[in-house]
Amino acid sequence: MEILLAIVIGLLYAAGVYLLLRRSIVKLILGIMFFSHATNLLIFVSGGLHKGQPQFANDGINAVSSNPTDPLPQALILTAIVIGFGITAFFLALMYRFYQVTGTEDLDDLKEGENK
Amino acid sequence: MKSYIVQLAATRLLPVTLILSLLVFYRGHNEPGGGFIGGLMAAAGFIFYAMAYDTAKAEKKLRVSPLMLIVAGLSFAFISTLPSLFAGNPFFTGEWISLNIPLLGKLKLGSPLLFDLGVYLAVWGVIITIIFNVMEE
Amino acid sequence: MILPALPILIPLLTIILLLFSFQRREWQPWIGLTGALLQLALALFLAIQVKTQGILVLHTGNWEAPFGITLVVDAFSSIMLVLAGIIAVSVSIYSMDAIDRQRQSFFFYPMVQGLLMGVNGAFVTGDIFNLYVWFEVMLTASFVLITLGGEKKQLNGAIKYVSINLVSSLFFLAGIGLLYGKTGTLNMADLALKLSLADNNVLMNTSAVLFFVAFSIKAAVFPFFFWLPASYHTPPVAITALFAGLLTKVGIYSMIRFYTLFFVQDKLFWHPLFLWIGGFTMVIGVLTAASQYDIRKILSFHIISQIGYIIMGLGIFTVAGIAGAIFFMAHNIIAKTNTFLVAGLINRITGSYDLKKIGGLYKIRPWLSILFIIPAFGLAGIPPLSGFFGKLILISAGFDAGEYVISFIALAVGLFTLFSMVKIWNEAFWKPRPEGLSPFEGENEKLPVSMVIPVVFLGLITLTMGFAVKPILEIAMNAAGQLLDPKIYIQAVLGL
Repeated sequence: MEILLAIVIGLLYAAGVYLLLRRSIVKLILGIMFFSHATNLLIFVSGGLHKGQPQFANDGINAVSSNPTDPLPQALILTAIVIGFGITAFFLALMYRFYQVTGTEDLDDLKEGENK
Repeated sequence: MKSYIVQLAATRLLPVTLILSLLVFYRGHNEPGGGFIGGLMAAAGFIFYAMAYDTAKAEKKLRVSPLMLIVAGLSFAFISTLPSLFAGNPFFTGEWISLNIPLLGKLKLGSPLLFDLGVYLAVWGVIITIIFNVMEE
Repeated sequence: MILPALPILIPLLTIILLLFSFQRREWQPWIGLTGALLQLALALFLAIQVKTQGILVLHTGNWEAPFGITLVVDAFSSIMLVLAGIIAVSVSIYSMDAIDRQRQSFFFYPMVQGLLMGVNGAFVTGDIFNLYVWFEVMLTASFVLITLGGEKKQLNGAIKYVSINLVSSLFFLAGIGLLYGKTGTLNMADLALKLSLADNNVLMNTSAVLFFVAFSIKAAVFPFFFWLPASYHTPPVAITALFAGLLTKVGIYSMIRFYTLFFVQDKLFWHPLFLWIGGFTMVIGVLTAASQYDIRKILSFHIISQIGYIIMGLGIFTVAGIAGAIFFMAHNIIAKTNTFLVAGLINRITGSYDLKKIGGLYKIRPWLSILFIIPAFGLAGIPPLSGFFGKLILISAGFDAGEYVISFIALAVGLFTLFSMVKIWNEAFWKPRPEGLSPFEGENEKLPVSMVIPVVFLGLITLTMGFAVKPILEIAMNAAGQLLDPKIYIQAVLGL
C-alpha cells in the first residue's frame, strides 16, 4: 500500500510541476493544488499505515490494538487542507481579478507590465 | 436559475441544514463532527438559498453581516482562552463543568466547546463571504 | 503563566476590536497603533524577563512537551519580538497618512495586525508544524496586503509572490511530513534531542534540504530570490516597508533556529554551503541593484544582498558569527524599513520613485537628506552607524574562523552598497533638477507629521545602535551563546 501511495505521490508531484511550468494562470493554480495534495498524501504515508487499527477505542468494547495508527498526521493533514482551501479560494479570486483588469490569463503577458 | 421548486426547497431546507449543522457541531466532541464541518454545513444552507434567489436575499435572511459572524467567531475563540487563566492552569487548558439537566441527562460544557463554537461561526462567516463575493461578480 | 502566548493574543484581540469598529474608519488607525504599542511594550518586558529568568516556556493546554504545542521565548526570539514591535509601531504611525482612504477602509489595519500575529507566532513557537501554521497566517495576510487596491501592477507582482510562496510553503510542509515520519515528533526541543542521539542519518538530509529550500525562498536567498524584486515595489510604500522589515527575516529566523538547534550533525556539508550561498546572495543582490533606477527596486535588491550577510554569519557558525548575524539582522530590519519610509517621503514630495525624474531635493528639503543619510549610510556601513559594526563583527568573526574568501567578499559588497546609496543620494538630493520638468506635486506642501515621526524614530535607533554597540552586542552574544548550546533550549522545554 505504501508503495502504491508513493507512486501516486510521485505522479501528483510530476503533474504539479508540469502544470506549474505552463503559462496559463489557471493551470498554475491547478499545479499548486496538485502539489498540495501530493504533500498531504506524503504526510499521510509518513505516519505509517496500519489497516483497521484505530488509536481511540471505547473502554472495554474494543481495546486499543497493539500497533495502532498514529492519529497526528491526519490532524496535520486536516489543518493543511483547511489552509490550502482558504488560499486556493484567495488565489482563484486573485486570478479572476487579474483577468478582469488585464483581459489575459497568460503569464507571459505579465512581463510587459513589469517595468511600467 | 430562478426555479420555484428550487426556491421552495431552499427555503424549507435552510432550517434543516442549520439544525443539522448544530447537531454535527455538538457531536464533534467524542465522535466525528465539530465546528469546522458544522460551519461548512451552515454555510451550505445559505449558499443554496443564495443560488435559488440571489445573494442580497440570502444576506437579508442571515440578518447579521458575514463579517460579524467572523468577528463573533474570533471573539468566542479568544474568550475560550480565559477560563484557564482564572483556574490558574496553563494557557489554553480545557476547563470543563458538568451540568445535570433533568430529562436530557448529564451535559458537559467547557472551554473547548466555546472554542469550537468560535470555529463554527468563523468558518460559517468566511465561507459565506468568499462565495457571496464570487457570486456577485 | 501566559506571557509567551501574549505576542499572539494581543494582535488577535486588536483584530477583533478592529473588525468590531469596522464602520468607524477614523478609529481604525488608533486601535491599530494601540495594539502595536502594546506589542512593543510586551516585547520589551519579555526581553527583560528572559534576561533575568532564562527561557520562558509555556505548554499550551497543559499538554506536556513533546505532545502539545509549546511556546518558547528565548533570547533570540525576544530580540526578534522587540524588532517586530518597533516595525509595527513605525508602520502603524506612518500609514495613517501614507495609505489612502480606500485601502484603509478595506481591511488594511486588520491585515497588518494579522501579519504581526503570524510573525510573532513564528517567533515564539517551539513546534515545527505550528511554525508552518504561523507562516501561513503571515502569508495570507501579506497576500491580501500586496493586492490591496487591486492596481494592475500590484496584481502582476502579487501573482508571482503568491505562487512562489505557496510552493515554498508546500516544500516546508513536505519537510515536516518526512521529518515526522522519521522521528515521530514535531517539538523542536525533542527533535534536537532525537537527532543528536541518532547516528548520522543520511535520510535526515532530505528533510533538511526541503527546509532549506523552503526558508531560502521565504528569505529570498540566492538562487531563490527572483520573486522579491518582481513584487516588492508594487504595493504602497508603507506595505513594502513592513514586508521588507519583517517577512524575509522570518525565513532567516527559522533558518537560524533550525540549523543551530537540530540540523547540526552534517556540519561539513552545510556550513560551506551557507558560506557559498551567502556570498552569491550578497554579490548578485548588490550588482543587480546597481543597474536599477527606481528607488524601491534598488532597495528591494539590497534586501537580498543584506540577507547574504546574515547567512554568512550562520555559515561561520561561531558565537561571534551568529552574534554578528543577529546584530546585523537587527540593524538591517530597522535601517531597511527606514529607507523605504524615506522613499515614501520622497515620493510624497516629487510624485515619483524614478531617479531620472527627481533631483534637487537637497535644495528644497535639506533635513530630508539627513533623514535619508542615516539609514542609507547605515546600510552601507559607514561608521559610526549600526551597519558598520554589524559588518565589522561579521567580518572579524570570518577572519577569526579562517573564512577569508567570504570576508573579503563581504568587504567588497560593502563598497558596492555604498555606491548604490550614494547613487540614490546624488540623483535624488544633490544633482540639479532635470531640465524641462514641471514643479513637483508636493513641493510646497508640508509633509504630514505622522510620516516623519517614524522616520526620525527609526533613525534614532540606528544612531543609538551605532553609539551603544557594546551593550547591544552583549545581548546578541548572549542570544548566540544560547543558540549554539542547544542543551539549554532542550532542558528548558523538556525539563530534562
